[in-house]
Amino acid sequence: MKNNIVALIVGIIFALGLGISGMTRPEKVIGFLNIFGTWDGSLAFVMLGAIGVHFVAYRLIRRRKSPLFSEQFFVPTANELTPSLFMGAFIFGVGWALAGYCPGPAIVSLSSFQLRPAVFVVSMILGMIIFRIYQILISKRRP
Amino acid sequence: MNDYILALVGGALIGLAVSVMLLFNGRVTGISGIFYGAVVKPVQNDKTWRWYFIFGLLIGGLILQFFYPTAFSLGLKEESWTVVVAGLLVGFGTVLGNGCTSGHGVCGISRLSIRSILATVTFIVAGILSVYIFRQIGVLP
Repeated sequence: MKNNIVALIVGIIFALGLGISGMTRPEKVIGFLNIFGTWDGSLAFVMLGAIGVHFVAYRLIRRRKSPLFSEQFFVPTANELTPSLFMGAFIFGVGWALAGYCPGPAIVSLSSFQLRPAVFVVSMILGMIIFRIYQILISKRRP
Repeated sequence: MNDYILALVGGALIGLAVSVMLLFNGRVTGISGIFYGAVVKPVQNDKTWRWYFIFGLLIGGLILQFFYPTAFSLGLKEESWTVVVAGLLVGFGTVLGNGCTSGHGVCGISRLSIRSILATVTFIVAGILSVYIFRQIGVLP
């Protein structure tokens, strides 16, 4: 239960950060990616702020043997550079540019009760389901 | 307040949030992965905290909607098909590439993961090229 409450609070803080920073405004995201037009560089500072804090905090936290409310850390250790990593990131980048939403801001924007983020999130779930089906088909072909 | 200061403050809050998640739960806050594991491919005994996190995002959204609705202003007028296509690409791409802006862009870069650094460069470059092309062909204004 403690882990769930932490996750809830983290979700709230994360959403406030996204909203305050401008990440929930698609035209700002597209403006940030529009470096060949009228560039809006402000969103670069979101990454600067987030990485600035977490870069230091990560190192302090990892000095501990384990997290406060879990037995162990669940930090990814994969270091293989696979085609899927690049393909996936590329496909994501195209979609991100097209609507100006990445997953977090889109989910947070559902609370504005506008149609646009709702259409986006439903489509995103569909995209994930298509991936799941694709993954199952691939694994059946190569047992 | 200036957009740059708001971006920095909001970014610092995001950094705080992912640090709290790591310190208490020992987890990386990758939103696409958390969402996928809650909605599409639930993992036994590893689902509930994901839903709590998503509820947290929605509660945070309500707080913004109430006190700072500007956060959701839509300056764009576009065809709805583009939003559908974009959602499909983001859903498929983030799961195939194991992460999005939060997991690769914030958590991964902070721990200097080569995978995450290259993924982030890839999706930002793809985004820049796409905005350029979409504006050339008139899909984006």
